[in-house]
Amino acid sequence: MALPLVYSIESLRARWRSSLVAVAGIAGSVAVFVAMLALARGFELALVSSGSPDNALVRRAGATSEMDSVIDVEELRVLQDAPEVARDARGPLVSGEIVVLVALPLRQAGTEANVMVRGVTARALDVHGGVRVAEGRMLTPGTAEVVVGRYARNSYAGLDLGASVRLGGTPFTIVGFLDAGGSAFDSEIWADEAVVGPAYQRPRGYYQSAAARLVARDALGALRERVASDPRMRHQVDRETEYYAKASQSMRGMILSLGALVAAVMGVGAVCGALNTLYSAVAERARELATIRALGFGGGAVVIAIVAESLLLAAAGGVLGALLAWPLDGLTTSTLNFQTFSHVAFAFRVTPDLLALGFGFALAMGAVGGLPPALRAVRVPVAVALRDL
Amino acid sequence: MARVGSTAPSEALICLRGVAKGYRRGSEDLHVLTDVNLDVESGEFVALMGPSGSGKSTLLNLIGGLDVPSAGTIRVAGDAITALSRARLTAWRARHVGFVFQMYNLIPVLSAFRNVELPLLLLPLSKAERRERVATALRVVGLADRMDHKPRELSGGQQQRVAIARAIVADPTFLLCDEPTGDLDRHSADEILEMLHHLVAEFGKTVLMVTHDPRAAARAQVTFHLDKGELS
Repeated sequence: MALPLVYSIESLRARWRSSLVAVAGIAGSVAVFVAMLALARGFELALVSSGSPDNALVRRAGATSEMDSVIDVEELRVLQDAPEVARDARGPLVSGEIVVLVALPLRQAGTEANVMVRGVTARALDVHGGVRVAEGRMLTPGTAEVVVGRYARNSYAGLDLGASVRLGGTPFTIVGFLDAGGSAFDSEIWADEAVVGPAYQRPRGYYQSAAARLVARDALGALRERVASDPRMRHQVDRETEYYAKASQSMRGMILSLGALVAAVMGVGAVCGALNTLYSAVAERARELATIRALGFGGGAVVIAIVAESLLLAAAGGVLGALLAWPLDGLTTSTLNFQTFSHVAFAFRVTPDLLALGFGFALAMGAVGGLPPALRAVRVPVAVALRDL
Repeated sequence: MARVGSTAPSEALICLRGVAKGYRRGSEDLHVLTDVNLDVESGEFVALMGPSGSGKSTLLNLIGGLDVPSAGTIRVAGDAITALSRARLTAWRARHVGFVFQMYNLIPVLSAFRNVELPLLLLPLSKAERRERVATALRVVGLADRMDHKPRELSGGQQQRVAIARAIVADPTFLLCDEPTGDLDRHSADEILEMLHHLVAEFGKTVLMVTHDPRAAARAQVTFHLDKGELS
């Protein structure tokens, strides 16, 4: 039979100062833990949401990213003619694209960072359905005009509507801003590939990747087979979302590893805090714990009561930590994407599942911090514990 | 009537035969109790006296199932408690023994009601049954109006009365009182002794009490003396 929960609650209340210290330690660890997970989740979502499950991304076989890929105009035409590729009144929904890294000064730090400039064709907005012009207008093909993603606008200095930005020595006019729903496109600058390519001495008729809208989601396999069996093509076909998910893996892994390390260090501190609180609680209450056992409660009941105290501390710390982490949701930050070496901005994503994970982390700390003192409390024989008082 | 020294078979409520308890301290063997034979009948009030270190509390712990003897057998109400496992001994204590300690040993964070209720949590009783039993026990010790008070809000004598209520609430086979008046003033001590006497006289309880105080021992029906581990 377990002791009533009120015993554990009242015991914590009786030592509210040391209980608060333990709660604060656990809350801090949970806040850092959730913040790191939210950072990784935000980065992942930013990249994954850049892709559409309805799109295929075609790159040279073996290319690890768009940066080291190539697809020429003939190969692009094979793709445009494929029956698996959707088309509308203006023709096939395929966007051949090039990417260029350009160093621009950051708005806050003043130092330069790489922004990805994407050379697009007239079909880009039709293929990338999640991107829209939020302010101004879309660039006019064949002109030295650019549109800027909203995160890039906020991150870099001088990217204002009507302002000029030099790309490869050519001045381009900013005519609009893009809203890509928080995806990686929000960190990019888009220009006409036929204008920006020559500015960087890129040969005409060569793209780096092609995004193609599929006639149906399940048409990917057929398109992949078609490309694989066509002797003119040496390309790999991925679903766009999968490509971006893979692209986010290394950075996500790094954020998670770093986060896990920081959370683990703080977690050890928090567990030590809980251990300290409960060890002293057990020592102070040696008489009452021995009495409870003398009355006929088994060692298990005492262990459960002390672990329950620890879990109550942990639960309070978990809730407090979640509340501390919650305001981070939506806060934007940026980092270097090692896949493309460009600066990518993204928002923290504090989701319910991450909060639940944080709460679970808190409970785990509580269990680890509560069990050793609980076991110590019941290890001493009752008669010895009563005699030593 | 309670007696010591008999080795003959007995139907007494509490029956000790050849009980010994020793400890090992370093290379030295300490013999706290040697060959104790004791019979206590149901409804008796027995006092155990003796100097410090004579083994009084050790004997009480053995009879209460808090410790196990090095040799000998202890039977209570026909059960050989020396043969029980630790877990069964714990369950046996809950059913058969009511403890009263010198320092009351109440749980400071719980109210008088919840302190008295503790032993009942180990019995298959409904909440209403527990409430009724606790109220009765507190009424018997004259503290029905203090059931919501925490121990620190009560005097020493009142705390010991709560402890007695806790000891009797589950209607145990017998009460073990370890210096129940040792921390009380004369007036409170007399009240507690009167209460124990009342429990024996009115309710037929069996009480074993360890005490230093001859006035306390005088309230018992029988007094035994322990000296150097031997009971007489």
